[in-house]
Amino acid sequence: MAMTRKQKRLAIIAGLAVVLAIAATLIFTALRDQIVFFYSPSELQEKSVAVGQSIRVGGLVKEESWVKEGENNRFVITDGEEETTITYVGILPDLFREGQGVIAEGSLTSSGQFSATTVLAKHDENYIPKEIADTLKDRGEWRTSDEVNSN
Amino acid sequence: MSIELGHFTLILAFVISAVQAGLGLAYWRNSGWIAQFVRQAAVLQFIFVAISFAALIQAFVISDFSLSLAYQNSHSLQPLIYKVTSVWGNHEGSILLWVLILVMFGAAVALLGRNLPNQLRTLVLSMQGLLGAAFMGFAIFTSNPFLRLNPAPFEGQDLNPILQDLGLAIHPPLLYTGYVGFSICFSFALAALISGRIDAAWARWVRPWAMLSWTFLTLGISMGSYWAYYELGWGGWWFWDPVENASFMPWLAGTALLHSALVMEKRNALKIWTIFLAIITFSLSLLGTFLVRSGILTSVHSFASDPTRGLVILALLAAFIGGAFTLFAFRVSSLRSGGLFAPISREGALILNNLFLASATAAVLVGTLYPLILDAFTGTRISVGAPFFNLTFGALMVPLLIVLPFGPFLAWKRGDLIAVTQRLMGAAALALVVAIIVFVLSGTQVSLAPLGFLLGFWVAFGAFADLLYRAKFGRIALGESWRRLIGLPKNTWSTALAHFGVGVTVIGIVAVSAWETENITTLKIGESAELAGYSVLYSQKDRPPGPNYSIERLAFTVTDTFGKEHKTSSEKRIYTASNMPTTEAAILTFGFSQLYIAIGDATEDGGQVVRIWHKPHILLIWFGTLFMAGAGILSLSDRRLRIGAPQKSKSQLKAAE
Repeated sequence: MAMTRKQKRLAIIAGLAVVLAIAATLIFTALRDQIVFFYSPSELQEKSVAVGQSIRVGGLVKEESWVKEGENNRFVITDGEEETTITYVGILPDLFREGQGVIAEGSLTSSGQFSATTVLAKHDENYIPKEIADTLKDRGEWRTSDEVNSN
Repeated sequence: MSIELGHFTLILAFVISAVQAGLGLAYWRNSGWIAQFVRQAAVLQFIFVAISFAALIQAFVISDFSLSLAYQNSHSLQPLIYKVTSVWGNHEGSILLWVLILVMFGAAVALLGRNLPNQLRTLVLSMQGLLGAAFMGFAIFTSNPFLRLNPAPFEGQDLNPILQDLGLAIHPPLLYTGYVGFSICFSFALAALISGRIDAAWARWVRPWAMLSWTFLTLGISMGSYWAYYELGWGGWWFWDPVENASFMPWLAGTALLHSALVMEKRNALKIWTIFLAIITFSLSLLGTFLVRSGILTSVHSFASDPTRGLVILALLAAFIGGAFTLFAFRVSSLRSGGLFAPISREGALILNNLFLASATAAVLVGTLYPLILDAFTGTRISVGAPFFNLTFGALMVPLLIVLPFGPFLAWKRGDLIAVTQRLMGAAALALVVAIIVFVLSGTQVSLAPLGFLLGFWVAFGAFADLLYRAKFGRIALGESWRRLIGLPKNTWSTALAHFGVGVTVIGIVAVSAWETENITTLKIGESAELAGYSVLYSQKDRPPGPNYSIERLAFTVTDTFGKEHKTSSEKRIYTASNMPTTEAAILTFGFSQLYIAIGDATEDGGQVVRIWHKPHILLIWFGTLFMAGAGILSLSDRRLRIGAPQKSKSQLKAAE
């Protein structure tokens, strides 16, 4: 089967087009279905988020809200207006502390609590996750990291 | 005093590189004193930046806290190795390391590239000079590591405890060497576009640099992954985190570049695409630097960052990438591709490789930047996590892995798919049998795992099928076949080894995903937990002395499936200077598998929260990358690829076509 120059080129271009189309479809489908929205506790109240849908929530851990029973943790995060209760089974990051910003990924349970599969706290003293900084700025709750640390 | 010397030599190097870039770009056709000057300038600025870097290291080693950077990031009680690594465990120092490696590559081109045509070398070094001037300017004007404090504090604030680890000595230098090494390919691409001369020889000169950078980047990413795995205490080896993606994108593009440069070198085809990839790869390195240093994305690996400096990097990024693509757009029509080939051929297979790698790079890029774009335009805050990447990247890798073993078997120009399939039947059958045995013996809940194993074994066995076929294994006497196998060119071995490494990594990834188990529980002293046939006994708690931190050590006795006992311990450390806690997980290795014990807080009744993972065959993930990097080194040692190798004469080139 001898292909002409033109046929060879056409075959290659057609192959490229098919693969690129598949790749683009994959990316767009995934972008529609596989992204995780970020909400502050207030936004979580305003919006109706389906039970079991994977989302992220972030805010400051409320003082004296962290309850530990063995490996079971429960704490409250706040953006200054609303609060969300979070449950997490496992070991929280070393720098998880009351009064500091955290992001929790997980989903709402039917009891209205947020069950986290992952909790992100900051890696060093100067770092606050950007989403939390933005949320706090929006709510007028922004403090510099030094003030946060002095608690 | 040495700090002022270092500051001064950095400024000198900045001026030299600016002059080098200006003179070189203006008079690149001159092959007399300008060419000479540009080479000497490249070496000279390396020496000056090296002095500057050495001065910084010295200040950290002697704990000179009059240096603001040392005060902020070091402590007199830190062990020596961490005093040295503290130099780049922060923004300013890491930028200087970046610059040091950049000028080191420039000097290497000046010294090793004797056989390069004068004009090409001058242009390459001028582009390196331009990059050097930009980033040295960035260092001096926005991120100066040499600022003094007066009065000098008595004690430093300590390096971020999580960075006080051997990983910081290994990961950033390897990663940066990989990142920045691709600047040479970038400069070669721009030089080719400016001079309008792009031929097979160009690819032969660029390929060793791409190979070298790729090897380092492979090691850098791999070591970074292992570091995060044992240090962060979550037992994960890859999070699809923005910072990880930032290093992974140049790797994907660089892998594509290595393959397309091969086509260009051997067949004088894919020129435009290869140039494009060379530009893209380094652009992604720059993008990675920006994403990491600006802190614009939330990452598990984020450290203190400064958005204003991020903006300056963004401006540099826009200037270099924009400039490069503008040049590309203007010049691309002057490039003519040669070398016709059939769709089924070595070239065709390499195009397919490039297609999937480029699509995968695009998928990772979209996933990494989409949150930024959406936030900027709609204010909606989202994150794109593992599900997105597993779906898109994973799906794109499957066809790539299926066709991978065919590539090296196919002939250039026109391949015989049926003959190649016959030669690969053995590897395919073996992979199928092994995958079935694995599946039957171990079973799995993960539905795609059998397919994953099949792919991994197929790639790993397929890599050796190529070697055995070339050694005429089974068709001639065994001894003769063995001699042929040993005598195969290093590049053939290198290809097989790299592809074998890919297979090994895939097997490791699938094994961990399919069979990982964990147990979260609370133990008191003397109690034990069971997991995957192992028994973990919490035996005692003590407080041994530490250098610049206090230690709470939990000792565990692990009984393996054969009844043998292994002792291990996990530590909670409180760093004295910063009062910051870190946790060191206890990790026991059994063959390729690991038992990973992370500890949490003590409970009020004297218990201890522990999280135990069994990670079956997880080490294969990193061993695979070591094979890949080893393949890179092997290929670099091949005489034909060596940077100083003599040029082929024109008649030989013709004969090869």
